[in-house]
Amino acid sequence: MKRSTHSGLVWSTLAVVCGAVPLAFLGLFFFYPVANIVASSLSQGWTGFLDIFNSSRTRDAIWFTTWQAVASTVVTVAIAMPCAALMARTSGNAGVWLKALVTVPFVLPTIVVGGAFKELFERLNESVGFPNLNHTAGAIIVAHAFFNFAVVARTVGAYWAGLDHQLEEQARTLGSSNFRVFWRVTWPRLKPAVLAAASITFLFSFTSFGVVLVLGGLQQATIETEIFRHAVMRGDLATSASLSVIQIAAVLCLVAVTSHLERRTSVSTQMMRSTIAPMGTTTTTTIAVFSLIFLGSPVAVMIERSLKVADSYGLKNYAALFEKIPQLPTTAAAALGNSMIYALIATAIALCLGVVCAITIVARRDTMGRFFDLAATLPLGVSAVTVGFGILISLNRSPVDWRTSWWIVPIAHAIVAVPFVVRSIVPMLRQIDPAIREAASLLGSSPLQIRRQIDLPLVARGITVAAGFAFAISLGEFGATSFLPRRADTLTGPQAVFRLLSTPGDLLRGQAMALSVVLAGAVAAAVICSELLSSDKKRRRGVNVPVGS
Amino acid sequence: MSRTNVLLGSICVAMLIIAACGANNATQKEADKVTLTLVTHDSFAISDGVFESFHAQTGITVEVLTSGDVGSLVAQTILSAKNPVGDVVYGVDNTFMQRLLDSSAVEPYETPALADVPDRFELDATHRLTPIDYGDVCVNYWKDALNGAAPTSLMDLVSNEYKSSLVVQNPETSSPGMAFLLATIAGTPDWENFWEQLRANDVTVTNGWEAAYYGDFIAGGGSRPLVVSYASSPVAELIYADPPVDEPPTGVLLDSCFRQVEFAGVLAGTAHQAEARLLIDFLLSDTFQNDIPMNMFMYPTSNTAELPPEFVQHSQITDSPLSLPPAEIEANRQEWTERWVEIVLG
Repeated sequence: MKRSTHSGLVWSTLAVVCGAVPLAFLGLFFFYPVANIVASSLSQGWTGFLDIFNSSRTRDAIWFTTWQAVASTVVTVAIAMPCAALMARTSGNAGVWLKALVTVPFVLPTIVVGGAFKELFERLNESVGFPNLNHTAGAIIVAHAFFNFAVVARTVGAYWAGLDHQLEEQARTLGSSNFRVFWRVTWPRLKPAVLAAASITFLFSFTSFGVVLVLGGLQQATIETEIFRHAVMRGDLATSASLSVIQIAAVLCLVAVTSHLERRTSVSTQMMRSTIAPMGTTTTTTIAVFSLIFLGSPVAVMIERSLKVADSYGLKNYAALFEKIPQLPTTAAAALGNSMIYALIATAIALCLGVVCAITIVARRDTMGRFFDLAATLPLGVSAVTVGFGILISLNRSPVDWRTSWWIVPIAHAIVAVPFVVRSIVPMLRQIDPAIREAASLLGSSPLQIRRQIDLPLVARGITVAAGFAFAISLGEFGATSFLPRRADTLTGPQAVFRLLSTPGDLLRGQAMALSVVLAGAVAAAVICSELLSSDKKRRRGVNVPVGS
Repeated sequence: MSRTNVLLGSICVAMLIIAACGANNATQKEADKVTLTLVTHDSFAISDGVFESFHAQTGITVEVLTSGDVGSLVAQTILSAKNPVGDVVYGVDNTFMQRLLDSSAVEPYETPALADVPDRFELDATHRLTPIDYGDVCVNYWKDALNGAAPTSLMDLVSNEYKSSLVVQNPETSSPGMAFLLATIAGTPDWENFWEQLRANDVTVTNGWEAAYYGDFIAGGGSRPLVVSYASSPVAELIYADPPVDEPPTGVLLDSCFRQVEFAGVLAGTAHQAEARLLIDFLLSDTFQNDIPMNMFMYPTSNTAELPPEFVQHSQITDSPLSLPPAEIEANRQEWTERWVEIVLG
């Protein structure tokens, strides 16, 4: 008995230390800077905080931000669910390619995607009389669905593959139709994953900046663009800080709602080996073709433009990426190299932080769990301007004068990626039947052994998905990076694209397109590598993990 | 398992190498004299070798730090006043300069190099901000897309001939958009009425320059032949044309040009005041000034600088641009842009 008390103490100490690391990290690089900028801006005048509610523009912005985020989430879930179903059933090379394809949008520069969608809307308008969505809320919603497609398809797809499919089998044997089986048997059990993916999509859309500015018109101001307008264009930090407070309050509400729903809906399964019912060829083809057209069209436009050289086609724009041109402080290829290094570092950090947060959220169903949940979600819900300016005024004195350190950029990327990592893993962890852990514990396994030998292999799919997201987020990150002071030679890929597009001229535009294509290729390659690595590992460990993501 | 370990191992080794390189650089720097940090916006660009020649003259190394667009640069400079991230700030323009001057972020320095700079560029009597380069924000037109003649005055833009032709940027989110609003305030008898007419003439508004130029303007596949851009944009269209062309495809409506002057200043709180002043002198030297046009597509302020042949042949820059005093811009920015929103959206 004594031994067990002793080891219990060791384990709880270890747990506290493990839990303290992500909290300290997020505290130093996120919460302290954000709290600091908000507090110091508001201390200049509290009256401003109340004034903003009297402004009809602010009220309009809050209303628009909320409804477009809800609409974006509903649309994203609706159009990505069929693909999630397909991903749950697709293994082997086809599955890997599908995963790579859906992840690509993350790294595509908004301005490039915006141009592609604008062209698409105009063509649809001319050919079939579809209303031209350009500069409307509709364009924003479609773009959000494009960027978040992977969040739903991959998170839900991976979870779906891990469900116990025997229930469906039994329902079908009893004569239920496919739709009935899905609606009555599958959907209720999918809810935790859908909820997790939906909450990420909501937050992404809630704080979306580039998409709103590029695709929206003037009516479409969001809280995020209002923060930018007040802080940067007007130099009115008090108002922007007040808006940040509103943004944070909204995220708090969201976390409260989702964690409540998650707890209610979470279903653990038997983790038995069962095969998911295959889809009909027609359905499979329809879903694959739709996903390919929806996600592939902007990419195709980009590839076409990148290959266009004068009046014919060629690889000149790609070769030019290795040449130094005046508009960029380094070559585009070097910028891409920076991005790859940052993405590796950011992924490593985000995975470490995210896994610990996810384990704590699932293990502790009390205030502590909720606190971790909130801490790991907020980074996606706070404006990049607020975080950037916060770091500028907070990490500014010895021994933490890190404002201009190169590694602050990958750290900022990691913080943005943590919510994605956590939301990819939490549903998976909740899926594990506590009975398995209890059994292992009874058989004498230590908590660490349980984590390593039961939890880890079972959430491996979630971790692979999370790693892909973290890598893609870092590779495509633009907002937070641009609000941090950076040395010229630390230019990232997306920033190089933006700079190439800010001087007129076909050559520069061609190079920007080529660089965007390479970014897309890089993330696709990263996803493929991580998939192959993890499936290889699974095979050698002999763990029975169902097919799919 | 082993593959993971190998991967982790190689990452650790890579990080160690990176750290070692960093440490190595640091010791090298200590051996040299002083390293100055120039804080600027993301559009900053200069040829390799320019700051090296400054180093050769003075032994001072220059590192460039960029932070967003000009608005973001000004906001960040004010936020870190007294405890600056660098020694010299460069790239603050006349539409934002008053905000910086109202703070205590920059300190006075009257460089002797101002002797070669025309007085009209010296907008700060306290000499905290020194004019380095200038350019104009003007309406550009796509030559082949116009049915008739190119517009010659701002008032032409509201005529029926240019209905559904113009793309402008939102002055609340875009610097060129703000400059064009200022152009209409300085250059039309009644700017509110002008914008009412422009709206009736079906003007398109985007939130940023990229979405205007590469979205709705003809250059990027849009359908509109008129766009708010820069006086130097036609030169960039010529230099970066594919296939090469003899004449730029675009032209500039000179009557619509609003003058933008970019300034540099010594950041208050710098540990290297004397060296920072040398850098201000250098920014007005011919070495730096001659390098500005082809890199930043702006014009040098110094009389002794020479324009490259592409600019001499193809750039159009007016002698009588529109302008407004910086203090007036800062004092009225909010009121003007809010009125603009009411007119264009209301």
